[in-house]
Amino acid sequence: MRTIKGETGEWEIVVGLEVHAQVVSDAKLFSGASTAFGAAPNSQVSLVDAAMPGMLPVINQKCVEQAVRTGLGLNAKINERSVFDRKNYFYPDLPFGYQISQFKDPIVGEGILTLDMPDGSTREIGIERLHLEQDAGKSIHDMDPHRTYVDLNRAGVALMEIVSRPDIRGSEEAGLYVTKMRSILRYLGTCDGNMEQGSLRADVNVSVRLLGDTDLGTRCEIKNVNSIRSVRQAVEVEARRQVEILEAGGEIEQQTRLFDADRGETRAMRSKEEAHDYRYFPDPDLLPLELDPDWIAEIKASLPELPDAKKARFEGDYGLNAEDAAVLVADKEDAAYFETVAEKRKDPKLAANWVINELAGRLKDLDLEIHNSPVPAAALGGLLDLIEDNTISGRIAKDVLDDMFATGKDADALVEEKGLTQITDTGEIEAILDQIIADNPDQVAQAKETPKVAGWFVGQVMKASGGKANPAVVNQLLAKKLAE
Amino acid sequence: MAVVMCLPSITPQIMTDLPMALDKDTVQRIARLARIKVPETELESLAGELDNILGWIEQLNEVDTADVAPMTSVVEMDLPRRDDVVTDGGYPEKVLANAPDADRGYFTVPKVVE
Repeated sequence: MRTIKGETGEWEIVVGLEVHAQVVSDAKLFSGASTAFGAAPNSQVSLVDAAMPGMLPVINQKCVEQAVRTGLGLNAKINERSVFDRKNYFYPDLPFGYQISQFKDPIVGEGILTLDMPDGSTREIGIERLHLEQDAGKSIHDMDPHRTYVDLNRAGVALMEIVSRPDIRGSEEAGLYVTKMRSILRYLGTCDGNMEQGSLRADVNVSVRLLGDTDLGTRCEIKNVNSIRSVRQAVEVEARRQVEILEAGGEIEQQTRLFDADRGETRAMRSKEEAHDYRYFPDPDLLPLELDPDWIAEIKASLPELPDAKKARFEGDYGLNAEDAAVLVADKEDAAYFETVAEKRKDPKLAANWVINELAGRLKDLDLEIHNSPVPAAALGGLLDLIEDNTISGRIAKDVLDDMFATGKDADALVEEKGLTQITDTGEIEAILDQIIADNPDQVAQAKETPKVAGWFVGQVMKASGGKANPAVVNQLLAKKLAE
Repeated sequence: MAVVMCLPSITPQIMTDLPMALDKDTVQRIARLARIKVPETELESLAGELDNILGWIEQLNEVDTADVAPMTSVVEMDLPRRDDVVTDGGYPEKVLANAPDADRGYFTVPKVVE
């Protein structure tokens, strides 16, 4: 949904996203405590994270490197000098009473993220900045009716906040943006992108304006949206709410809101009403972060091939269309799997079809990822070899793939075992066809008048041969017989 | 050192956000943001004291610093860095030692409902 048709006109939905991505590192941003997920409460907390008096933060070089790597992956400007600030607010999961963040001078400046639109086109979304900051602890509200429980294991883990320009239009683009961001972060290895565990979450800024207006409307920020589907829903629900208010003659109040997926609504967050006075100032415990340009260049040289470059290569090297290429490169492992299957193949598009449709469909049904596919890339390649050399038809190959999933055997072995080799012997097919023609004189007469009906005979031959007759041979023979 | 360094950066924000002479309401708001309980009877005198401090800091504006880079440290050194190695944690009992109402390894606080 890009626009909303209201009673007074058509409203354009404008979105800006702040993605919070947990940095992949073993230790926290400013302490030596572990970042591993799922440990016993408060067991991965140093006295620095607990904000004990006299403790001093010391920055983790790996987290800095990951931020720079991400910035480079987003074609962004890396700032050789950045500054850590204190963002002051009180909340039980924030023991310092402030979050160490970056305000005026972030580590990464402007960049670009390219969206792959469903029709194969692309659209560029501006990145405003990326900065490093600490995550807060976790509040648990359902362990006791009168108390909130606090676990500080996550407190102090490094986050990258990546802020987009309000260039995103509508809910689909918002979803595509998060999808693409996640894909790039996973290629770079700077964030695992696991939204269920909260490694990637988004604050969604939504405003609406009449189509054609150039000024932005007043926005509301929806905090902590934790799935791509929720991002899309939150945008739609919030945009509808704003249009309703505006069309009733009201005004939008700039607010921090919360998305309730169960009720399908957003509502104002009471706790944040007063919290906007953050009184940022440079953290006196930390000197400015200065980066050596040679070191930045080294990181740049070590970047992997990223989705956009890989997509262009797949289109060029394998002759794929933009849609298929975009699907295949979205996940690094899918792309690697496809390349193993496609390499040295006469028809790489066949490989693309089978990976995107047949393999992905079956994996999805079994709730498996490509890296634990029961059919490895080499085995799928073996199956496609049999299609390409006409040993089996594409239809039989689908059954064979099912058997490969079930048994873990190779295509060769299964085809041999079940006697599925395609019948290309003209005599054998002719015998089957002659029998069917003899049994169905009415159909023959009909088919001679209306050639379209001839397809019925092909179906009968396939049925009689257990799907093994080569369809090209059947068609050829049938045309000859009907012309007699 | 820490205090001296952070004051100049706080000041411009207070100056722009708040009226020049501090009134009682402003003092109350600052106190609330800092979670400091200030009795009504002390607000007036506190406003005067804070005003004096701000006035004192204001004197710094008399020096032209247009061409002077902000000083971030009195010693010539880079921000110290740490390797990405787990060297700390694993002592929840120490972390919770001062918590008045810990339960099953968690801190607990009065219910914060969203």
